[in-house]
Amino acid sequence: MWTVVGTYSPVNVVDWLVPGRNLFLALQVLGVACFIYIVSKRMVPLLRAQADPRFDRPLTRLGRVFKFWLGQWKHPRYRFAGTLHIVIFTGFLLLAARAFSVLIVGVSPTFVMPGLSGRFGPVYETLTDYSATIVFLCMVVAAVRRLVFKPVRYAVPAKYGKGHTTDAIFLLGLIALLMAADSLFSASRFAGLAQAGQSAESPAFLSLPWMIEIAIASMPRTAVWGLNVGAYLVHAITFYFLLCYRPFGIQFHVETSLFSIYFSKLEKGTVKPVRWDVSDDHLDQVKSFGVKTFEDFTWKHVLDFYSCADCGRCADNCPSNAVGRPLVPRFLTIKARDHVFQHYPVLGKPNNSNLLIGNIYSEDEVWSCTTCGACEEECPLLVEYIDKIVDLRRGMIDDGNVPQSLQKPLKALESRGNPYGKMEKKRGDWAKSPELQHAAPVKVLDGKNGADTLYFADSITSYDDRMQSIGRATARILSCLGKNFGILGAAEKDSGHEVRRFGEEMLFQSLREHNTEAITESGVTKIVTSDPHAYNALKHDYKDVPPVEHISQVLASEARAGNLRFSGVKNTDSVYTYHDPCYLGRHNQVYDDPRDVLDSIPGLRRVEMQRSRDRSFCCGGGGLTLFYEPKEDQRMGVVRVRMAAEAGANVIVTACPFCMVNIEDAIKVAGIEGKMSVIDLTELVDQHMVREVPKEKLEVAIVGG
Amino acid sequence: MEILVCARRVPDTSENEIELNSAGNDIERDELVYSVNEADNYAVEEALQIRDRVGGNVTVVTVDGEDGEEVLRRQLAMGANQAALVSDDAFNGSDGKGIATILKAFVQKGHYDLILTGVQADDSAAQVGGMLAAMLDYPFASLVNSIAVENAKLKVSREIEGGNREINEISLPCVLSIQTGINEPRYVGMRGIRQVASVPIPTLAASDLGIAPAKVGEAAAKLKRVDYFIPASSKGAEILHGSREENANRILELVAAKGGLN
Repeated sequence: MWTVVGTYSPVNVVDWLVPGRNLFLALQVLGVACFIYIVSKRMVPLLRAQADPRFDRPLTRLGRVFKFWLGQWKHPRYRFAGTLHIVIFTGFLLLAARAFSVLIVGVSPTFVMPGLSGRFGPVYETLTDYSATIVFLCMVVAAVRRLVFKPVRYAVPAKYGKGHTTDAIFLLGLIALLMAADSLFSASRFAGLAQAGQSAESPAFLSLPWMIEIAIASMPRTAVWGLNVGAYLVHAITFYFLLCYRPFGIQFHVETSLFSIYFSKLEKGTVKPVRWDVSDDHLDQVKSFGVKTFEDFTWKHVLDFYSCADCGRCADNCPSNAVGRPLVPRFLTIKARDHVFQHYPVLGKPNNSNLLIGNIYSEDEVWSCTTCGACEEECPLLVEYIDKIVDLRRGMIDDGNVPQSLQKPLKALESRGNPYGKMEKKRGDWAKSPELQHAAPVKVLDGKNGADTLYFADSITSYDDRMQSIGRATARILSCLGKNFGILGAAEKDSGHEVRRFGEEMLFQSLREHNTEAITESGVTKIVTSDPHAYNALKHDYKDVPPVEHISQVLASEARAGNLRFSGVKNTDSVYTYHDPCYLGRHNQVYDDPRDVLDSIPGLRRVEMQRSRDRSFCCGGGGLTLFYEPKEDQRMGVVRVRMAAEAGANVIVTACPFCMVNIEDAIKVAGIEGKMSVIDLTELVDQHMVREVPKEKLEVAIVGG
Repeated sequence: MEILVCARRVPDTSENEIELNSAGNDIERDELVYSVNEADNYAVEEALQIRDRVGGNVTVVTVDGEDGEEVLRRQLAMGANQAALVSDDAFNGSDGKGIATILKAFVQKGHYDLILTGVQADDSAAQVGGMLAAMLDYPFASLVNSIAVENAKLKVSREIEGGNREINEISLPCVLSIQTGINEPRYVGMRGIRQVASVPIPTLAASDLGIAPAKVGEAAAKLKRVDYFIPASSKGAEILHGSREENANRILELVAAKGGLN
């Protein structure tokens, strides 16, 4: 058996002539070496991946680390699971120093972590006794959740392979074991020292070490020392096992999350360029566009695959998943991770990876995304999805692999500048209606007419009979507000917002070039649009164009300035709810302006849907999405109008022509015509706006905000 | 396998508002946008797929003015190995037989195992394929909706009345007219067209092909369009104004009355 040489410490234990110190040292060298080896193997795909410049703005990035990593900002969005995570995360941070000092104590018994030698030492001991206890309990709670309550978002449909519960329980068990071993080690150390009459800090009251200490206090001395050595070994082995096991699955985020968040995408609403290291002018020299094989992803995207913790919040919020389309953001990541682990094994050489489409991803999966951004908004680790989807689409476009339903509108956009194949010269016809000409004549900025403000209508508002009403309402509002504005008419082409997001980058660039020239020639200093997709394109995708505002922002600031007054709401039975368009809300954080405008209409009753603001549920998507024929169980719009009904609303107000198309259709499909209606913010304002308000009345107008 | 596809540039019906000109003998051609005839695009895709399966080359030819190059560029971007523009003022006003005569001369300049045409052009009469086959003394199958290569023969499936299909064996060389829907043509974006921008496309005139100008063009055309009109819309639609249930029942009755429910 073993003996103790000198004062007791696991280091001084000699077992079959092997001194504890040597045993522990060997164990630790082995553990660290394994970890370094595994992590270096995991680095290989990152080094082979595409460029991605994420080394700018260090202060902003550090700020995000504080907010999203240390501050766990996104976690409370899921109250229970989030709180549980925050507790475990805090416990881990607190225990980190203790875990390392315990490991070092195995080699050097007198080691004390710097900063813990003074008065803070005992405080830290107490804190960590409780941390270990709480983390241990959290593991139990988490396991019960997994095994008994089984939250739906953790389920793995059969087509995505076997469930992840066994792995999750195994990891929870390992962490619980680590906490138990840690507690047993401190308890037995205290009990041993107490039995030897040496002084030591007693474990914190009611903590796990405290309870264990009571249980073992009366055991024989050798048994106590035996437990101490055993606990030490179990702790060290579990620690290193976990360290080396984590890079094989979801627990890798313990190591990678800090980097994922530091390097996270800073600009919402944007789409990454085709290649970060090739300028737009040199794209012709790029042999292949987009992501076709795994190595076409950027290193940050590979890091995302490593960091995903499989929490399922993306999928839980994804409208595509909700309506049964073949896209589940969670599995987009999990499948990529499985793929990279398989093709870049820890033991053995990397093997050539095949095309992703047709192998791990299906075409429909990639086309199913509406780029609404719900997944990215929710992800606690700030994993990116839209850029990956767009890159996969670029790869498919480059290979000519495009659904027939999308080829026609893309071709029409190329030849006519709109997806409907309508004549260019008719683009401005919506503004020529006699009643509009009388009430608010719209100038066409064709060189003869000038204006300060450009109203960029975009394709759907220009050509769709129903949506032209939004254009005319916007024109009447701008005219009533005394704005000197005009439209580009035939010189305007589609903003190309969805063209870019559907991966047809060269077509997008040609549309952008055309519009930029037309806008510059018009000499305007401001742009206003009523289409959030055009707004996002002009704001984020275009360069060198005047600042752009969505009409809801114009309305809100005019209302705040007292330049806009409304008559009371006509139908007092109406209960309104505001549906946040994805490209106004999530992608550009315009949540309050449209609500403020609604709330300044006297007598307007407004309720919020459960899913609103940054959790808004996509209506089905805009632009080219309208042409794509997805495989789905039901329409997103139908789900959305039911949410509005559930909230007690009978009028949905939106601020996007595409939301109007989808919601109008959905009301018919859901069979609730007459019980539910939809109106655009501009149409509602146009109906209630008090025209020609005397100056003195304006000054007393009280505007909600 | 050496494959030739005869393609044509037509006004794109989905991107134009077709109106009659004031003379009433043609459509208004100002501001029209053109693209490759839809069925011809399917034929090119089919040729590319056959080539990728069994090897060989795909050549695309068009009889047109210099604007025809736009269509050929697009087909090169799709993956055709070469393209040729057959263009001569003497060809203007050719009828179907004239076009078939020109194409026959082109075919005889090369060695093609398989010649594909679209089933018909959007603005034409589905006649060139058959005439070309007869002039070349090649076998011909029309309305082809699948092709399998078996040694020196092809097994082609044709769509016949009532949605049925028949399978024919046809020896090479032959001419086939391709039905839309035979495949899913690949997408060609701006980038693809730019990549083939510098690929040379030879232009062949009547003299290059040894065509006697008197045999083609307006003078030789024995088929002339004498009128062009849009039929007056008749009262064909009945709109049901009842409730959802009533309308559903009414539709059932109407379908049953027309023998649609057995």
